[in-house]
Amino acid sequence: MTDRIDMTHGGGGRAMADLIRDVFHKHLGNEVLDRGDDAGLFAVQKGRMVMSTDGHVISPLFFPGGDIGSLSVHGTVNDLAMMGAKPLYLTAGFILEEGFPLADLERIVWSMAQAARAADVKVISGDTKVVERGKGDGVFITTTGVGAVPDGLDISVANVTAGQSIIVSGTMGDHGVAVLSKRENLEFETEICSDSAALHGLVADMVAAVPSIAMLRDPTRGGLSATLNEIATAAGVGMALDEAQIPVSPDVAAACELLGLDPLNTANEGKLIAICPRAEAQTLLAAMRAHPLGQRAVVIGETVADPAHLVQMETAFGGTRIVDWLSGEQLPRIC
Amino acid sequence: MRYISEFRDRTLADNLANRIAQEVQPDREYHFMEFCGGHTHAIFRYGVQDLMPQNVHFVHGPGCPVCVLPVRRLDDAVELAEKHDVILCTYGDMMRVPGTGRRSLIKAKADGADIRMVYSTLDALKIARDNSNKQVVFFAIGFETTTPPTAVAIKMAQAEELTNFTVFCNHVLTPAAIGHILDSPDFAPGGPGRIDGFLGPSHVSAVIGSQPYEAAAQKYQKPVVIAGFEPLDVMQSVLMLIRQANAGRAEVENQYTRVVTREGNRKAQDLVADVLELRDSFEWRGLGAVPDSALQISDNFAAYDAEKRFRVSQKQSREVKSCECPAVLRGVKKPTDCKLFGTVCTPDNPMGACMVSSEGACAAYWSYGRQRAPRDAA
Repeated sequence: MTDRIDMTHGGGGRAMADLIRDVFHKHLGNEVLDRGDDAGLFAVQKGRMVMSTDGHVISPLFFPGGDIGSLSVHGTVNDLAMMGAKPLYLTAGFILEEGFPLADLERIVWSMAQAARAADVKVISGDTKVVERGKGDGVFITTTGVGAVPDGLDISVANVTAGQSIIVSGTMGDHGVAVLSKRENLEFETEICSDSAALHGLVADMVAAVPSIAMLRDPTRGGLSATLNEIATAAGVGMALDEAQIPVSPDVAAACELLGLDPLNTANEGKLIAICPRAEAQTLLAAMRAHPLGQRAVVIGETVADPAHLVQMETAFGGTRIVDWLSGEQLPRIC
Repeated sequence: MRYISEFRDRTLADNLANRIAQEVQPDREYHFMEFCGGHTHAIFRYGVQDLMPQNVHFVHGPGCPVCVLPVRRLDDAVELAEKHDVILCTYGDMMRVPGTGRRSLIKAKADGADIRMVYSTLDALKIARDNSNKQVVFFAIGFETTTPPTAVAIKMAQAEELTNFTVFCNHVLTPAAIGHILDSPDFAPGGPGRIDGFLGPSHVSAVIGSQPYEAAAQKYQKPVVIAGFEPLDVMQSVLMLIRQANAGRAEVENQYTRVVTREGNRKAQDLVADVLELRDSFEWRGLGAVPDSALQISDNFAAYDAEKRFRVSQKQSREVKSCECPAVLRGVKKPTDCKLFGTVCTPDNPMGACMVSSEGACAAYWSYGRQRAPRDAA
């Protein structure tokens, strides 16, 4: 094999077959994928299923705490998990740019396989396309997943009403800052690692402890601010947060301070927001804190009646302010 | 990190709030202009006004570098990128500011112009090194804080004999703006505006020192307190201003002593003086033409001056109609006085620079404070 992706790897000929065998099947192989059929065949369980898809484009492809491979598994697994589902199967579509190093591709696929194994999901179908140099950014990965929702669970933004508790599972902003720290032009020394992780194990413990959980969502792009605003708008409620309770690691806080960014607008890939009846909040917290991915879980505020659907926050300083959507990208200030 | 959290300590804030409440004279109103957008955002982000007595008012000043750049200069930058086949390097905050016809750099980029967002002037130099077949222009904006990095880039370009790097220089100076505001009819006795003192620039003063404000403080008999950008800095500075106002003093005091000295950073000043020189006059959005308020590249470094290398066309530049950015920047209107605020103009769909910039007053009102009643927002 050559050491870089070229157009023949997407041409449907022998080079493509070799690539699929030597990279994709080698790492991701399982009894379904290995059959080599046009689609992955699986038995359907009784009950309800969920399905979700997520495209992954990230620069840089490798960052502290993960890479686009593990991220593409966690992203879709978490979308399923936020519905309370047990993730079962994934499909993966790769768009590769001509000239991309094969060693990097193998590293990414290996990392995907590790993440899938850890999450107990199988990649049962895949696709590869190659685009000319300059028409991609190394590699794009789209994953689609299906999962099974346990009977009796009803997790949806439609269940959110005023007077419920808002909980986060841990520190905010780690992923965004870790990625930024390795971005070209902005490299800085830090120990901060992405929090990229599959959350369905944590969710399983949570719904077992508190089946009346109203909703779950992972605050990825746009961070906590965007996700809470999304929920407030969709549910038709306002929110009252207590800034002093929102966990942010000192390293992330320092990096954001230096760059003029806000940790609340910064992406997470291994954290979730839970909204539950106030009376259940302590039970839910205890269940979350007993799980390795929820040790720093904390109540950060509650939903309130507000016709304007604003997310407001009492600042740690003693004032109040709105926590708003971000417009465009987060940008460091000039002066 | 403790260095930061200490400046946001709630107990200290409460103590300062009590002190301020005790020392304000109940029968008078206090109007303090915070010069910098950094102050405006600290006030809103931390809810500082919630801790102020009702008779202490913040007047938002012009200290937002993106906001004061006149539309004409932005249009010129768009033209450089679109018609002169250059790579235009800009600070990110500038990207979404609407120019004439709401044309922005981000729209020009989407239409194919080569516009790169950079975090520092050194990034722009690197782009020039990596693209020796293209002309690279750095769109330099900002107050005295950002002038030394521009000067460094020009000196490095000269040392490296880079022939494809120029700077489109739009650097402006704060002391001239303060004098201009106080000279304007807006703040003359009987005028619509009132200023009893200034929260003076913080990062700017780290470079130029506090001394350059002494002339204005004395001439106009207005106290100036150089104030840091942390919320406790703002509160302590307000207390210092109240004490000056109560005592009838008009001095330049320095609250931000951990960074600012009276003389400033001599090395940075020398560097700037070597590369940049005073412009006779420069137009500011809102303030109009202000004499001696901006810098241009000096003749010794003319080879790095984009205004000399490229000839941009004369154009009829226009603000968006009914946008009150100019009056907001002069401190005579609040963002909420603007008809467009929150209706057609939001950060997602900005009509003026003050709604775009992370240092703009309209963006601060919208993002942090639009829940407040208009009186309360004052």
